[in-house]
Amino acid sequence: MDAIRTIPATHYLNNGHGLASWLLTKDHKRIAIMYLVTISFFFFLGGLMAAGIRLELATPQGDFVAADTYNKMFTLHGVIMVFFFLIPSIPAVLGNFLIPPMIGARDLAFPRINLLSYYLYLVGGMFTLGAMLSGGVDTGWTFYTPYSAAASNTSVIPTALGVFIAGFSSILTGLNFIVTIHRMRAPGMTWFRLPLFVWAHYATSLIQVLGTPVIAITIVMLGVERAFGFGIFDPARGGDPVLFQHLFWFYSHPAVYIMILPALGVMSELIANFSKKKIFGYSFVAFSSLAIAVFGFIVWAHHMFVSGISVYAAMVFSFLSFSVAIPSAVKVFNWTATLYKGAISFETPMLYAYGFMGLFAIGGLTGLFLATLGTDIHMHDTYFVVAHFHYIMVGGAIMGYLGGLHFWWPKMTGRMYSEFLSRISAILVFVGFNLTFFPQFIVGYLGMPRRYHAYPDEFQVLNVLSSAGASVLGLGYLLPVIYFVYSLKRGEVAGPNPWGASGLEWEIPSPPPTENFAVIPRVTTEPYEFTPHVARERELV
Amino acid sequence: MHAHAAHHPALQHQFQTMSQQKESAVLGMWAFLLTEVLFFGGLFMAYMLYRTWYHDAFVLASTSITIFWGLLNTVVLIGSSLTMALAVRSAQINQRKATVMWLIATMVLGTVFLGVKVIEYADKFEHHHVPGPEYAFIEPGHEPIFELGPHGRELLERNSAESLNRTTQIFFSLYFTMTGLHALHMIIGIGLMCVITWMAWKGRFSSEYYTPVEMSGLYWHFVDIVWIFLFPLLYLIDRS
Repeated sequence: MDAIRTIPATHYLNNGHGLASWLLTKDHKRIAIMYLVTISFFFFLGGLMAAGIRLELATPQGDFVAADTYNKMFTLHGVIMVFFFLIPSIPAVLGNFLIPPMIGARDLAFPRINLLSYYLYLVGGMFTLGAMLSGGVDTGWTFYTPYSAAASNTSVIPTALGVFIAGFSSILTGLNFIVTIHRMRAPGMTWFRLPLFVWAHYATSLIQVLGTPVIAITIVMLGVERAFGFGIFDPARGGDPVLFQHLFWFYSHPAVYIMILPALGVMSELIANFSKKKIFGYSFVAFSSLAIAVFGFIVWAHHMFVSGISVYAAMVFSFLSFSVAIPSAVKVFNWTATLYKGAISFETPMLYAYGFMGLFAIGGLTGLFLATLGTDIHMHDTYFVVAHFHYIMVGGAIMGYLGGLHFWWPKMTGRMYSEFLSRISAILVFVGFNLTFFPQFIVGYLGMPRRYHAYPDEFQVLNVLSSAGASVLGLGYLLPVIYFVYSLKRGEVAGPNPWGASGLEWEIPSPPPTENFAVIPRVTTEPYEFTPHVARERELV
Repeated sequence: MHAHAAHHPALQHQFQTMSQQKESAVLGMWAFLLTEVLFFGGLFMAYMLYRTWYHDAFVLASTSITIFWGLLNTVVLIGSSLTMALAVRSAQINQRKATVMWLIATMVLGTVFLGVKVIEYADKFEHHHVPGPEYAFIEPGHEPIFELGPHGRELLERNSAESLNRTTQIFFSLYFTMTGLHALHMIIGIGLMCVITWMAWKGRFSSEYYTPVEMSGLYWHFVDIVWIFLFPLLYLIDRS
């Protein structure tokens, strides 16, 4: 077997040298790496803001930063993490890298648009960075009117413009994936032979294409109101700020599914591949992704139960919000059933997968508390909400992203990272995460509101726990940077398929050649076929 | 198997055949237009809500817009859709000069539309019908500056000038945002067509490969259809 474990002489990383060969590349794999580097930078920046927030909240008095600065910190934390890290994270890095090889294609359908999409993201990010350097913005990532349109004297327009531009990047990525999945599948790669990762990205892309334009137009309306004095949401002229909230959440609720659906796709791959077993109920898992995408569009008003919408509308939206639990639970149950009697192992990607299942379940179930009208009135705008969505976005989306990155890192670079350090980091992330956010459920239930830089003394113990957890979590996020970078030169050579995984991407060399496949493959098998031979070999190792 | 198609200079490396490449472009363009529908959809939503709330203000504001210019522009734009369709057809049957000519005709009609829009906007600026601090729709005690029928007069009398001066601003905010974004789409379309015309002139298109002409056509027809909705909503409904 050792003979196979070599780095091929030419691959996408050494096919072309110099800065221009990267900045002008149309290779989906290189674009994915550029995204990886850029979003890591934004993740770090958003993380710094989070560190500032947790530092301030370690003591009840507002003693570290002024209230205005605190407002700007949590706003930038939200804007950067949502629009410049979470939304592009899995699709733009892993999806970009993996969808063509997974379906047996040489590239995405529109490589030039893919590059354009990267630059739109970069320009959008620069606008937001510019806004940050020119004094920041204090509206919260939600940009609610009338404050954002008329009152705030911070850089609302540059920030919103950055989000607007990055939105087009997201739309174009989704569009590219939809066309690629429809038109670029290799012969024999039928819809029901697609890896579930691809199904999840298909569902995500639908949301990106249908949802993102709505936030774009909302930002335009906010922009003309702020810049030219138009009056679309201005209550003084009869405009309705609640309309802004409807339009904002019509995108921003489905946006949560843009973040979590690709992570669910990663999870299906991890669980099947590390239990060496065909996934349980393939078509249910595939269609539950589409169901989440569809239900995601009809639940937005659950963010507005206390904004003055009608009781009947609230009841309908409450009921519909519960329905999202069905496809989500289908996934978790099917993963559990897949694990049952599988040849389960505990490599790093799988540790993230186990962590994900627990955290996603807690995040999802607490979502039901908030979808219930009565309890939501008690918990709205408290730390309970903050804890809930961090369980989904950090405990779900980021765990999925890291799990996927650890799983496909040997494919992307041809090298293995330190198994020991990576397991430590997976455990640190899990422990640190729970320590950070579990206390926030309690402190929120007890009544601590979000978005304030000071709080009553009795909440200090729980807040100190949360801040301590955040430092552990931060360490867990920094550690991979070290061993990933180290692995680039010194890591053990991985070979084409170090995990004994199934899927077309594992049949090509690591790192793959620029054209992925010398000859377009013909697919003849079902997904997640593990021959007894492969499974036994892993047990022996 | 695809020896002939594989040699076509326009075939990109990620595709196996010209037809796969074309089908991808068509699907991509329709997905993009779907995005555009949702983009304008937000504005239509706002229009619908406020029209229901402020019916009288919307009817009066609508009446203040000159119907002649809107009608003229509708004819011009439908004409440009025809010339665009003829350009696509000419590319499809290898008529290089006709393709270029019809594309230029489309751009000329598009520019006429934008010119008319400039006249209309200038008129609105002159009469302080642009939302903001200078805005004045009705001056108390004065006749309105536009023609009103008996029903319009009734609406004017049952609303205070003060309330009309507030709520008609919502109409004009939407009017300028909607027609402004539509005009921006036309400018982008004309820019796109400059490139396509140049490519057509250079003889890049043939019956085997004319996808860029067809895609620009799809885009142009979409922009046209948006206007087909804007014209009745902003100019026609319930004029009195």
